[in-house]
Amino acid sequence: MSKMRIEVIDRRTFMVGAGAAAAALAGLGLPTLANATPEQAMDFIEKLTGGAKPAEGKVKIEMPEIAENGATVPTKVSADSPMTDQDYCKSISIISTKNPYPHICTFHFTPRSGKAWASIRVRMATTQDVYAVAQMSDGKWYITKTTVKVTIGGCGG
Amino acid sequence: MSRKGKNMTTGGGKLAAVAAGFLLAAGFVAGLSTPASACEECKGKYEVEGRKSGYLFSNPETRAIQDDDFANGGMLWVEKGAELWNKVDGKAGKSCASCHGDAEESMKGVYTVYPKYVQELGKLENLEQRINRCREANMGAKAWKWESDDLLAMTTYIGYLSRGMPMNVKIDGPAAPFFEKGKEEYFKRRGQLDMACKHCHYDHAGQYIRADLISEGRGGGAFPAYRLKWQKIGSLHRRFKGCNKQIRAQPYKAGSDEYVNLELFVKWRSRGLPVEVPAVRR
Amino acid sequence: MAKARVKVPKTAKAGDVITIKTLIKHKMESGNRKDKKTGKKIPRHIIDKFTAKYNGEVFFSSDWEGGVSANPYCAFTCKVDKSGDFEFVWHDEKGEEYKATAKITVG
Repeated sequence: MSKMRIEVIDRRTFMVGAGAAAAALAGLGLPTLANATPEQAMDFIEKLTGGAKPAEGKVKIEMPEIAENGATVPTKVSADSPMTDQDYCKSISIISTKNPYPHICTFHFTPRSGKAWASIRVRMATTQDVYAVAQMSDGKWYITKTTVKVTIGGCGG
Repeated sequence: MSRKGKNMTTGGGKLAAVAAGFLLAAGFVAGLSTPASACEECKGKYEVEGRKSGYLFSNPETRAIQDDDFANGGMLWVEKGAELWNKVDGKAGKSCASCHGDAEESMKGVYTVYPKYVQELGKLENLEQRINRCREANMGAKAWKWESDDLLAMTTYIGYLSRGMPMNVKIDGPAAPFFEKGKEEYFKRRGQLDMACKHCHYDHAGQYIRADLISEGRGGGAFPAYRLKWQKIGSLHRRFKGCNKQIRAQPYKAGSDEYVNLELFVKWRSRGLPVEVPAVRR
Repeated sequence: MAKARVKVPKTAKAGDVITIKTLIKHKMESGNRKDKKTGKKIPRHIIDKFTAKYNGEVFFSSDWEGGVSANPYCAFTCKVDKSGDFEFVWHDEKGEEYKATAKITVG
């Protein structure tokens, strides 16, 4: 067996190294983008609802508390609705507060959908609040939000 | 040779950021040294004699994507590979199927034994290289570029055909000196951070770097894997390059002898673990 | 060329709400990324609309922006009452369309 240079690395050296790797990524690895602000997200929601103020409740959004990577974040939305011809959820939009652009996607449902439910994978530029806004067939709007933590560094290579 | 550093491009502002990074990382690693105990019921499949697959170091959401062939983006490359298998290419007018017939029969288990020693080459050859040698020598076709969609698709497809089978590379006989070189590479400090593979994946596996749980670095049965970060399928050598860049070392070339030797060592470390291609990783 | 994968149950009972999973190969270039070498922005190129039909009726659709991950995965539901065909269409903002179909037997 050939000679190997195996050293003992102490905990502090390791941590310093790991931190530098993280900082290197944060500082050098990623292109800088101009991101939207929470105010722009609220403006977008106002435009979406035509000025109507959405009430809380009825709509749900599920995202991991800590995303393993911001490039692909599994996301599920749903609304509490009987989905009958008389009473159904028409749409659910996903809105970011810190991505380059607030609108991520909108799902359009019909009574034929059976459930107001959809699953998708989205990009999260950074740690942020994400809104889901739903419109019901009676024209009422509902809103909810969740927070996703996106970490940069670690093993992001 | 062991300290090929990348150009020093760090400016003053960046140095401050580096210093801040130290403190953050210190907090995380020291604060959260939890052993990997991700998923009790999947341990039987993804843990063999104490060796744990990267699957056990993933979040439940990521594991759920791997577990569902209709959510796993890697399956798009499996399908493409299956198409390419039957596609005639090159001067000889042959497809892979012309010689190897039904891939589901002929390619079963093939993934588990690569890289392997090839006498006429006098060194190791990995699966990507084997595919390309076949294309050039037997089909009269051009070799596919490393990390090209076609090479990834074929490698992923062949990997997929061994899914669930235990990794089983040979490290004795003529492969032994190459195995030793790969092992040496794993323990060799490189780059500006002066770190080796083993510092993360051997000494500190199961601990956190910031929010990332460090795996045991047994990528053997997983790659080509669909990484959330890449948003696509990528090779094990691409992953090696990413790791090398993180420690601010000049990466070797994909398909280089250094990486193929390292691949043998990593795949030996994964011995007995099931092939998961296309695995889903962060 | 984009390639799609679709999962629709082969059979169902009348009145069932079935789950459909779709996956398509597409870069979903957001227009926000820069080419590392030239420093120039990579032009936006995404699928902006997905539509699902059951026996000719649009029952689900979705508008996408650059915030949808590459190789888009989308799952949703449909209430089925008779055997028939599903058609799925991904519309690329450059005008291309990708289609996939599936059949279901409803007993």
